[in-house]
Amino acid sequence: MSSPGSSLKEKFLNGALSITLMSVISGFLLGGIILLLAGFNPLEAYGVILKGIFSRPKYVSYVIIYSTPLIITGLSVAFALRTGLFNIGAEGQYIMGALAAAAAGYYLKLPMVLHVVAAVGAAVLLAAFWGGLAGWFKARFGVNEVISTIMLNWTALYISNWALTIDSFGRQGTGKTYAIQPTAHIDILGQWKRTPEGIAFLREHPMLWDILKSPVNLGFVCALLLAALVWYILNKTTLGYELRAVGHNPQAAEAGGISVKRSMVISMLIAGGLAGAAGAFQVLGVSHRIATLAIMEGYGFDGIAVSLIGNNSGPGCVFAGLLFGALKYGGSKIQDVMGAPTEVINIMIGIIIFFVAMPKLIRLILAYRTRREQS
Amino acid sequence: MEFFVNDIAFIIGTTLMYSTPLIYAAVGGVITERSGIINIGLEGMMFFGAFVGAAVAYFTGDPWLGFVCAGLAGASLGLLHAIATVSFSAEQIVSGIAINFLGVGFALFISRLVFDGATQTLTVPNKIPLPFDFLFGEGKLFPSAGFMDLVFNRFATVYLAFLLVFVAWFVLYKTSLGMRLRAVGEHPEAADSLGISVFKIRYGAVITSGFLAGLGGAAMSIAVVSRFSNTLISGHGFIALAAMIFGKWKPQGALLACLIFGGAKGLEIFMGAKGVPIPSSLLATLPYILTIVILVGWVGRSQPPASIGKIFDKGEN
Repeated sequence: MSSPGSSLKEKFLNGALSITLMSVISGFLLGGIILLLAGFNPLEAYGVILKGIFSRPKYVSYVIIYSTPLIITGLSVAFALRTGLFNIGAEGQYIMGALAAAAAGYYLKLPMVLHVVAAVGAAVLLAAFWGGLAGWFKARFGVNEVISTIMLNWTALYISNWALTIDSFGRQGTGKTYAIQPTAHIDILGQWKRTPEGIAFLREHPMLWDILKSPVNLGFVCALLLAALVWYILNKTTLGYELRAVGHNPQAAEAGGISVKRSMVISMLIAGGLAGAAGAFQVLGVSHRIATLAIMEGYGFDGIAVSLIGNNSGPGCVFAGLLFGALKYGGSKIQDVMGAPTEVINIMIGIIIFFVAMPKLIRLILAYRTRREQS
Repeated sequence: MEFFVNDIAFIIGTTLMYSTPLIYAAVGGVITERSGIINIGLEGMMFFGAFVGAAVAYFTGDPWLGFVCAGLAGASLGLLHAIATVSFSAEQIVSGIAINFLGVGFALFISRLVFDGATQTLTVPNKIPLPFDFLFGEGKLFPSAGFMDLVFNRFATVYLAFLLVFVAWFVLYKTSLGMRLRAVGEHPEAADSLGISVFKIRYGAVITSGFLAGLGGAAMSIAVVSRFSNTLISGHGFIALAAMIFGKWKPQGALLACLIFGGAKGLEIFMGAKGVPIPSSLLATLPYILTIVILVGWVGRSQPPASIGKIFDKGEN
């Protein structure tokens, strides 16, 4: 599309980044119009959201904590999509990961770092198995992965709920499990901030104190590392090349000597493992236990949105996850402050994805603007 | 003996009740996908329909008006999906995901505005009627809690769902409109060269699927239960999507798949009520595992319409 001599600006205008940016802008504009129609001042609402995100260190910290699982489930969906597989199953893989992490974190008696490794390892393995199942069903029996992952999501949800009925694991009557051992925590200064010395120190350092009021943990760092890992595997390894080749054109890949079936299973194993890690970090760093699920929590489905807004790339998922997390956290405040429905955030996210789906429309708008500028 | 017969009747009755919302959405899915457009947004359309149906039924007291408005609510989301996928060559799955966020967002946004900040409606004054009670008087035709009562004395939406499956089958396979729709889904270029408007057929199909999914949502909110809440539709649209694929993109196949899901739910409720010593959550996995087993075992590869998901761009680019 762009000629060799085209300027950077033209490249930008035709690129994926501009489409994403335009979509995000459209989301904010139309979201504002909807608020206006409902009788709220959109500028005030966006002000409340911005303040709710940035005005205190604690808020920023919460945004990062909210974003962490979304980034990782986003990576899971993105990874599978690059191989041409639609992983609706990140939700179920997340549930299995959280279940395994809660069980390993509670039952195992291990020293500190080792315990975390064991719990995350258990989560990744179980969730990779759960994702790999869908890949195997597709490769071996031709079962559409959309339908098998939907089924596996519900199966995972009910298995998790069943596990909570086991007497030694679930605190009967509370709908929750027993808390995991402190050795499996990944909280940053989680123990220390409750000791007398910690409290005394934090009184002197209000900013740090404010940040530590939120469940700060290592999950976000892990999410960044995983994003880098996904980028590296997809772009710099033979495996990644093969997986992308299958996603791009399975017939050609097969003719080129790549096993499409093997690629499907591997891709879903990795995608599942990623979503499982998201569940593990959430349990080890934030909730420290799992609870009975009446309905899906939505981390996997939100991951689909993150992946799509992030253009299915590792770095893209980080930015989209942060955007989504910020909107979710900041958006929850317009309800209390001005009585405006926080669900305007769902609508905005929907609008952003809607425009992301239509690069043609955005190119038309951009081309129209360029023409007008020229004439 | 009579006890046993009534148990069977109870299971059949609950099966019918829980299958119904799925049937509407799944048939909608069949229609749009047969025209070549994937609609993964069924969930959002059902969600929005469930809310609008309950809200209109609450304010007007007329469940049928609520039912129709639920369809229109779903259809409006269908229109959005059609604009994106048919007119602007959107990625169909991506647009469908957007519809899911929009459906949930619009429903809860409006709910908070009109129901005083709550994400649920109040109880509707009148649910969708039971036709036999309506025509003959309550308990007149069938003895109360007898076999016939438990099986057949169901909401009108149940009967309409079966009628819908028949109509959809008839239109798809016995009319020229259905033939055109299938042709568009299989080979849009050929259909276009024969003078069939791919554009119109696909718009019609996608909007219809939204309408039906909206009806499915209302069949839940103003028949199975009597109000909308934010947890009422949780994955039903995705199950309907699965039922459509399971049923090999045919109305009658989708019906059967929905009955299996509904049946497993009926069985679960029955065994729960009887105190059968199997953990209810493990029992609840039954329909999902069963679906996978059936797909792996003897249904195998279900073949979607040939052009599904592909962009048809008439004479441009």
